[in-house]
Parts: sequence; C-alpha cells; structure tokens
Amino acid sequence: MTDILADGKTASAAPSDGLAVLEQRRSTAETFGIPLAVLAELTHRCPLQCPYCSNPVELDRGSSELTTEEWKKVLSELAEIGVLQIHFSGGEPTARKDLVELVQHATDVGLYSNLITSAVLLNREKLSALADAGLCHVQISFQGNEPIVADRVAGLKNAHEKKLEVAKWTRELDLPLTVNAVMHRQNLHQLSDIIQMAVDLDADRLEVANVQYYGWALKNRAALMPTLEQIEETSRIVEEAATRLKGSLAIDYVVPDYYALRPKKCMGGWGRQFFNISPAGKVLPCHAAESITGLEFESVRSNHSIAWIWQNSEAFNRYRGTGWMPEPCKSCEFREIDFGGCRCQAFALTGDAGNTDPACTLSPRHEEIFKTAEREAAAHQDRFLYRNFAGGTLETEGEHGA
Amino acid sequence: MALSRNISVSETSRPKLPRHARLKFDETRQVWVILAPERVLAPDEIAVEVLQLCDGVRSVADMVDQLAAKYAAPREAILTDVIAMLQDLADKGFLTEAREKTS
Repeated sequence: MTDILADGKTASAAPSDGLAVLEQRRSTAETFGIPLAVLAELTHRCPLQCPYCSNPVELDRGSSELTTEEWKKVLSELAEIGVLQIHFSGGEPTARKDLVELVQHATDVGLYSNLITSAVLLNREKLSALADAGLCHVQISFQGNEPIVADRVAGLKNAHEKKLEVAKWTRELDLPLTVNAVMHRQNLHQLSDIIQMAVDLDADRLEVANVQYYGWALKNRAALMPTLEQIEETSRIVEEAATRLKGSLAIDYVVPDYYALRPKKCMGGWGRQFFNISPAGKVLPCHAAESITGLEFESVRSNHSIAWIWQNSEAFNRYRGTGWMPEPCKSCEFREIDFGGCRCQAFALTGDAGNTDPACTLSPRHEEIFKTAEREAAAHQDRFLYRNFAGGTLETEGEHGA
Repeated sequence: MALSRNISVSETSRPKLPRHARLKFDETRQVWVILAPERVLAPDEIAVEVLQLCDGVRSVADMVDQLAAKYAAPREAILTDVIAMLQDLADKGFLTEAREKTS
C-alpha cells in the first residue's frame, strides 16, 4: 500500500510522492499531472483574527467572491479533470451561506470533501446538514487547550468553548475529526495538554503545525517565533505521543523551517501537485503565492479552463521543475528532493522568489536569518498584530482584540 | 471511545472502511484509490479485492474462504497475508470494525 498524497508539509519521513507513483512518465521534477487535492478558499471573511493567518495580507473582499454557481462550475470542472479531494477552507468557509449546497455539489460530482474550519459559526443543525450533504471529514483549528491563551490568540471571546462544543457534535454525528493546532512561542507550553485534548475529543488525527512565516505570520514573527529549546522539547513530546497513541490518534508534525537544516519541499514543488483557488477565483500555486509581486495569476473567470491554467500559465511554469534554479540549488544533489524550498519565503526574505529559500543551510542568507529568528525569540516582544481587512490592528493592553 | 478504532484484526473480525476512508476507482488515472483525510492511498489489486469484501458483515474467515476457493490457494497462506494487510491498514486508521453509532 502506497501513500500517495504527499502534501509537502509533514516533516516525518516524506511519504512517497503521489504523482510519481500514479503518473510515472517524466522525471520527478517535471511531473505535474492534475493534483489529487485542491484547496478552495471560499472566502477571506472570518470572525477570528489569528496573527499567523495563512491568508494574504491583502484580503479579498466579500464582494469579489465567486458566486454559488461559479463555485459549482469549478467543482464540476475539478472532478472532471481528475481531482479527487476538495478542501473547503477560508477565511472561514462556514461564513458562506451556500456551504451546504457546495458540499452537496462536491458529493454529487464524486469529490471527497473536507471542511477546514474555526468552527465558531457552526451549530448542530448546520453541522448535521453538512454531514447529510456528504461531508467526509472535519478539521477544526485550536489556538490552545484552554480559553485564556486560545481566545487571546484567536482575538475572539468564547471561541475556545465553542470549538470544543462543535468538536463533540462532529464526533456525535460520526464525522471524522482532525484537530489542527497551530503552534508558536506563546502556546507551545500547552502542547502536551493539546494532545490530551485531541484524545479527549476522540479526534482521529492531530496536526501539530508550527507557524510558517509568510504574510500575517511574518508581520508577527517577533511575537510568535519559538526558541530552539522549545522546538527541541516539541519534537520530543510529539515523538513520544505518536508512539503512545499509534493506531488511535494519527499525528502529523510540521517543524518551523527556520530551525531545520534543509528547506521544506513546499507544496511538493511549485506547480507540481497542488493548487488552490482564492475567494475571487485566482488559481494559485499555494495560498501565499499572491504575496510574490510581479507574477500574474489567471482566474477561473477567465476564458481559460482550469486544466489550461495549471498546465500552461506563466505563473505555474515560472518555478516548475529545476530549470529556473540559480546556484546553489542548480548543482545541488537535493534539488529534486526539496525543489529549493519555498518560493514565497525566498521572496519575503530575499526580495527574489527565484533565490534559494533561506531556510536551507546552503543559502548565503541562512545564518543571518536564523540569527534574527533566535534574537526575536529571546526578546519577548509578545504583542500581536491581529489579522483583519484594515491591514491589521495592534493588540492593546487588556483588550486582546477579543 | 478512541480504543474502538485501535483494532486487532483476527479471523473473527468484521472489518469495514471507516466513513472517512473511501475506496474509489479513479477514472482519470485508471487506478483504485483510497481517499482519506490528507491522504490518497494506492492499494494493489489484491488489496482492492480484499477491501471490496470488507463490508462490516463478512468476517475475515469468510473472506479468506472465498479467496482460497477462488484462487485455489492454501487457506493458511492467504489468511496470513490478509490479516497482515488489514492490520497495516487498521494501524494507519483506515480500517474499523462494524460498531453501533455513538449517538
């Protein structure tokens, strides 16, 4: 049995590569068959204000979002070209009034559907309607294991309590549950308790995802960056729990790549096995790709088919394969293993998306950036810049944006 | 509750795919796949044949009888292979036993 959906974010022994297994025609780097899974960001609207939000700093307004009919057409087209799974994400996907209708449509066209949610807008009836519409899996984000830390990070009062409630309903409805815990300096001390919380919630899966530093998270890096000691402790806790809970709770672990020696194989390689669709219908190589200025992204509203955009558009072809690579990537023995790391991170930290990701020890910028991270982690500047449509709001004493 | 998914596969088990794991023929790539959260598995032909028998009603013993008859192969060898394959799937969380709904 081969696990073929390499999502490029698990740090443990990389699962063998999906498209390489299914579509053995070209070299690994040149393989870009239709992705097995696609992320649909239905909206950027969200009641939470997490300072590490993966949405771009320039959020799509509600008025620019694809309509119900447009999303349905997209779902049909995705199923037709061979996409197998659809992740409904956001922003907060349940902020869309047509979510049940979209899930039903995904089911009708044969897509495996996954809801990635903050849960705070759900009630039991709505969750039940989603289950009836054929929803296959629910992933709920948690910001901590108790309300004081969790509600402060989320920037929303009573968020944690609501999440616990929805997680219980999820399991009562016999829907499989993934707990997604985004970890950083100000909640890593709760990791053991978060793992226990996932067990108590009867979750099937737990994602322990260290913050990745682009967009909002990069703006908040000084408030979020863990110390090296924290990371070492985290790895120890995750390993122990993964062994102890084998067979009852699957744990996926994402390390913060600032402290890694090799960069992550971001998105499994640019334009190789993943794309996402933004609220306004842009087809993107990853959810942060719009942060790279100078790249034009095609829309599902254009005259092109999604398959054409994936195969032929300039933005996808720009960093495909290995031909675009400068040194030290060009002659590196790992070039078809990590594909030079993350383009968005290279752009954010060096100003050129074509550079080697500074997370790699071979990057000339690695040392400088690692030192900055260490310094920021030690400085205890804990104040958040909350994510919102106004470009962010600084946390105030005692207010916590909640 | 979590313990109910940590199953040990034996001849008397009546395994089935849990709700989050779907066995499906992928028309585009002309292969069988198991769809699960953040995973797509590619079972081989034998695994597909066994998984199609996993309906939560048949026991592993029944399945093995059926396969032994079909392939005129020694029952013991098939039993060993089938249990190993199903246990591997169960350990990964892609197989469960028929059980009452929790609500």
